[in-house]
Amino acid sequence: MLHIPCPYCGLRNETEFHYGAEAGVAYPDPNALTDREWGKYLHIRANPKGWLAERWVHFAGCGRWFNLWRNTITHEIGPVYLPFTTQPKAPGNPGQEGSRA
Amino acid sequence: MTNTHDTLLPGIIGRRRAATLPEQPPQLWKSVKPKKAYDAVIVGGGGHGLATAYYLAKNHGLTNIAILEKGWLAGGNIARNTTIIRSNYLWDESTAIYEHSLKLWETLEEDLGYEMFFSQRGVLTLAHSVSDVRSKRRNFYANALNAIDSEWLTPAEVKKLVPIINISQDVRYPVHGATYQPRGGIAKHDWVAWGYAKAASDLGVDIIQGTEVTGFDIRDNKVQAVRTSQGTIAAGKVGLVAAGHSSILANLAGFSIPIQSRPLQALVSALHEQVLNTVVMSGAVHVYVSQAHKGELVLGAGTDSFNSYAQRGGFHVIEHQLAAAVELFPIFSRAQLVRTWGGVVDIAPDASPIVGLTPVENLFINTGWGTGGFKATPGSGWVMAYTMAHGTPHELNQPFTLDRFVTGHLIDEHGAAGVAH
Repeated sequence: MLHIPCPYCGLRNETEFHYGAEAGVAYPDPNALTDREWGKYLHIRANPKGWLAERWVHFAGCGRWFNLWRNTITHEIGPVYLPFTTQPKAPGNPGQEGSRA
Repeated sequence: MTNTHDTLLPGIIGRRRAATLPEQPPQLWKSVKPKKAYDAVIVGGGGHGLATAYYLAKNHGLTNIAILEKGWLAGGNIARNTTIIRSNYLWDESTAIYEHSLKLWETLEEDLGYEMFFSQRGVLTLAHSVSDVRSKRRNFYANALNAIDSEWLTPAEVKKLVPIINISQDVRYPVHGATYQPRGGIAKHDWVAWGYAKAASDLGVDIIQGTEVTGFDIRDNKVQAVRTSQGTIAAGKVGLVAAGHSSILANLAGFSIPIQSRPLQALVSALHEQVLNTVVMSGAVHVYVSQAHKGELVLGAGTDSFNSYAQRGGFHVIEHQLAAAVELFPIFSRAQLVRTWGGVVDIAPDASPIVGLTPVENLFINTGWGTGGFKATPGSGWVMAYTMAHGTPHELNQPFTLDRFVTGHLIDEHGAAGVAH
């Protein structure tokens, strides 16, 4: 079980949280996109092997969303940060997945 | 041939083992060094990769093929699943591809000339609530329309089929009914891998282990070669069949796929007398269980909630599953857990597979089988081989290409996939 540092409530068990996948995916203007671009926004999220910036919501606590860096090989948790704030640097090499085509 | 393990064991144990175990053939497939070039290279030596190579050779006469496996043969999900086989999915497209696979299973042992303990003992899928009953009955009617063998059982009929099940209505997860597919069942998963490996090798396929793909040579948007830890190998066609590691390979080739990699766990008990002669699944409580031929109970859990490439999952997932399993089968409370393990599963947004072309010419992909890929091993290899041989999808996997994430024609099988995620 992960121990996740909620920025509002402190360290809690993973079972109090829901996962929200890749962090920082901005909502685009649907009318400005082609079908392919819209499909990419809807369905494609980063899936790197290594450090990943991702979203969590503390549903059994404060009910609020936040972001953190986590390593998808070791499950180590790195810096935690709030949405709409500057993303801290990854604690190590961001996953092997490379740039998003 | 002398079995070295037996000669190391002293006295009666050695003699008994030697008397009861069949002799193993010395080698099922040839160990080879990679050639400089192949007509087709399959990346991933799991069940689906081995099946792809086998059907490329058998159905399409392509034998200058290599399978590249970064670890050891069948070390991934083919060895880490709960071996359930069935075809009772909801949508027509899914039913067609999974039923094709089930039909291949029914003659696979003769086809490969290799025993794999394929046993059509039936698959029972339980419903635990009013909405569960509604959706399972919808599934049952959809199966009937697609001529899939499917029955609806009342709790009393479930009890008759599985005498050890608890059908009390005053428990947390009461059994309100179940769908039943009599032709569903299990097979011995590692033997499936060995059977395909042997048959493919006999047809001339090179199986190359310990060779990791590190990149692709792509010119004019056409794949030319595969870069590996053993050097560059030229390839006419390349098939990516890497399950949980598909995103990594796709990105090495310069495109993204809608896959998230998650841990999925399973576990096995000590050996017991045969008490369960069918497969019991419960999507609502994340339990699926069968009893293998030797007598161990094989149970599968749900996925962990987060992306991971670690082949392990959280223990709370197992606790949650076992709590429900013990309520459903009270005698399991005395069973001892022997081993748990995890695999990295490749989950698509609609819980359906992706088999088809990619943005790179001559590069094909087979992924997204997620939590239920074992049952699809023959069918997946069969359609992937067709797709690679013809450069265009077979009608069975036409609905399952990457295009559906642009057109929006998703095939939502979250309900029938069995494992909630």
